[in-house]
Amino acid sequence: MQTLPKKSVRRLVAGLAFTAAVGIALTGCSSSSTAGSGSSANSNAATATSAKDLGGMDGLVKAANAEGALNVITLPPSWANYGKIIAGFEKKYPKIKITSANPNGSSADEVAAAKSLKGQSTAPDVFDIGTAVLNDNLDLMAKYKVSNWSDIPADFKDADGAWYYDYTGLMSIGYDSSVIKTAPTSVKDLLGSDYKNKVSIKGDPTQANEAASAVYLAALGNGGSADDIQPGIDFFKDLKSKGNFNSTLPTQATVNSGETPVVIQWSYNNLAWGPAAGSAGNPNWKTVVLPGTALGSYYNQAINKDAPHPAAARLWEEYLYTPAVQNLYLASGAYPATLAAMEKAGTVEKDTLKTVGEAPSDFVQLTSDQATKAATLLTAGWAKAVN
Amino acid sequence: MTTRSIPDAKDLEAPTRPAGSSASSTAPRDARGTGASSPRRRSVAWLGFTPFAAYVLLFLAIPAVIAVASGFFSASGSFTFQNLQAFADPTILKAFQGSLLVSLVSAVLGAVIGALVCFALLGTKAEGFLRTVVDAVSSVLAQFGGVMLAFAFIATIGFQGFVTLWLKSTFGFDINSDGALLYKVPGLIIPYTYFSIPLMILTFMPAMEGLKATWGEAAATLGATRRQYWIRIAMPVLAPAFFGSLLLLFANSFSSFATAAALLSQGGIVPLTIKQQLTSETILGVANTAGVLALGMLVIMVVVMFFYSLLQRRAARWQR
Repeated sequence: MQTLPKKSVRRLVAGLAFTAAVGIALTGCSSSSTAGSGSSANSNAATATSAKDLGGMDGLVKAANAEGALNVITLPPSWANYGKIIAGFEKKYPKIKITSANPNGSSADEVAAAKSLKGQSTAPDVFDIGTAVLNDNLDLMAKYKVSNWSDIPADFKDADGAWYYDYTGLMSIGYDSSVIKTAPTSVKDLLGSDYKNKVSIKGDPTQANEAASAVYLAALGNGGSADDIQPGIDFFKDLKSKGNFNSTLPTQATVNSGETPVVIQWSYNNLAWGPAAGSAGNPNWKTVVLPGTALGSYYNQAINKDAPHPAAARLWEEYLYTPAVQNLYLASGAYPATLAAMEKAGTVEKDTLKTVGEAPSDFVQLTSDQATKAATLLTAGWAKAVN
Repeated sequence: MTTRSIPDAKDLEAPTRPAGSSASSTAPRDARGTGASSPRRRSVAWLGFTPFAAYVLLFLAIPAVIAVASGFFSASGSFTFQNLQAFADPTILKAFQGSLLVSLVSAVLGAVIGALVCFALLGTKAEGFLRTVVDAVSSVLAQFGGVMLAFAFIATIGFQGFVTLWLKSTFGFDINSDGALLYKVPGLIIPYTYFSIPLMILTFMPAMEGLKATWGEAAATLGATRRQYWIRIAMPVLAPAFFGSLLLLFANSFSSFATAAALLSQGGIVPLTIKQQLTSETILGVANTAGVLALGMLVIMVVVMFFYSLLQRRAARWQR
């Protein structure tokens, strides 16, 4: 008689506790999703396909100021001058506060964040995204055309404005000139004994596009092509067996300390980690874009369809394609998408272009099909080659 | 004689230490004395457990089920067993091999070295300066993991680490002459052992302290040598606590991620392979394979737990 009511009391208490816990968790969710209600106030910004839809640039700026915030994602400050670009935006539009999330993440992380944070105020507003991941997630992108849309070459953009190229670097070899005395002139030079334990790439090629591009570059330098990157994998296998491959993940810090004396990566990153970075950089760091066929890969700009700050997102795109910011990309060693138009209009900074060098005419970029094919080869062969 | 009350107090403390397993083996008498409460009191005490149960359910059980379940769906969302093919992939098998090797070796090294340290500490005063310091230092070092730990090792034995450079300039000896010491899968054993030893000291010391001096005295009175005492009495009593701690070290190393991620950029252990499946920007549509890999890790932990429970059952005979 005594145990029966007690049991039911126990059950009731357990039930209450569980309900309370779930309740807390759920209210946590709902309160954060209502925080993102800034978007409903600006529903016309969310569907605007150009600044005109909001009454021109003034209207866009006004709507963006009203939102007062912008979430960007995976933009490291030393990557293609994004540190200066973000600071410039905040200076130009002081009412808009930028939150920069996960600076060292991948393009896939951008998509994952957009999906998992959908409807919340912390979701990313804009993407700076690699082509392969972009093509897989076109349904996430809002259509928008910046004011100088015609300056972007036709094959650099989606006709409807779902995405548009922003910048590309060239695959380059950065090296510490206090350790490596003679500059490499071909990828094969890296197999020499001077390079023992020294050559590193930016992560796992089955994971990061920049690391995969190092393999593509090695393929181009060893008789392969964009259609057949196997020679690139074989090259790294060779590099590993000679003891020259250094599997540390290079960062500005490891380059500065001398831990990773040779890094194959985008030219804008090699340039940014050298003397250009001041005391944070390595003063002996030199950047070589190998002669012959250059390898590039444009990154894309796109706006999140469910952007919590749709007007600010559109204003950001307008800002990125102004000559001032396009010149900032260029200054980092990346070639901006509107470079040709800027050269024609004379808005390009001549001195900067001279230091960086004209964009090469012989330039390979993997198409989405070629990238898929390369990925199959990497899946099958990469780990076997270097582990 | 005067210290008799101190080990007893320690025994009472023991259940609040991280290793429940060691406490249960060494302090059964005390636990029975204090734990026997009336049914009414127990039902109220049960209430105190509710927040923890809810926490485990919400943040451990449900996410684990969701993660593993995700392995049985294709990228387009339909149910499939296709992802299980990952276990036929030599790369992934090698990652499991690497994970097992690193966790096992670092756990055994940590457990043995840690137990020896505990043994050495038995000779010191229980409330003495040395033991307090070792206890405090262990608590800090056992939590000193992740990226910080990786960078500490890079600065010490990396290519430009000060030990590396010192050995090279003083003795002409290059620890990286056979390729990097630190930046490959077996190299992980070094930092993993580093945080395993203090964790072992933390979890195993209470069990060591639980050894009653009277047992040794009784054995000696009956003519046992010191060696016989350790092999026949102390070690069997300590065995469950030792293997329990070993299991904890294994699990801790097996699931470690950040240190490895900072040191290895080319995968090689399961957590890094899972990350690769989830975040890849070159190979698309494999995110669901991560769920299958999580299942694989879970199965390994279940197998380890099974052997542990066998051991516990056997140990229970001695403890009766």
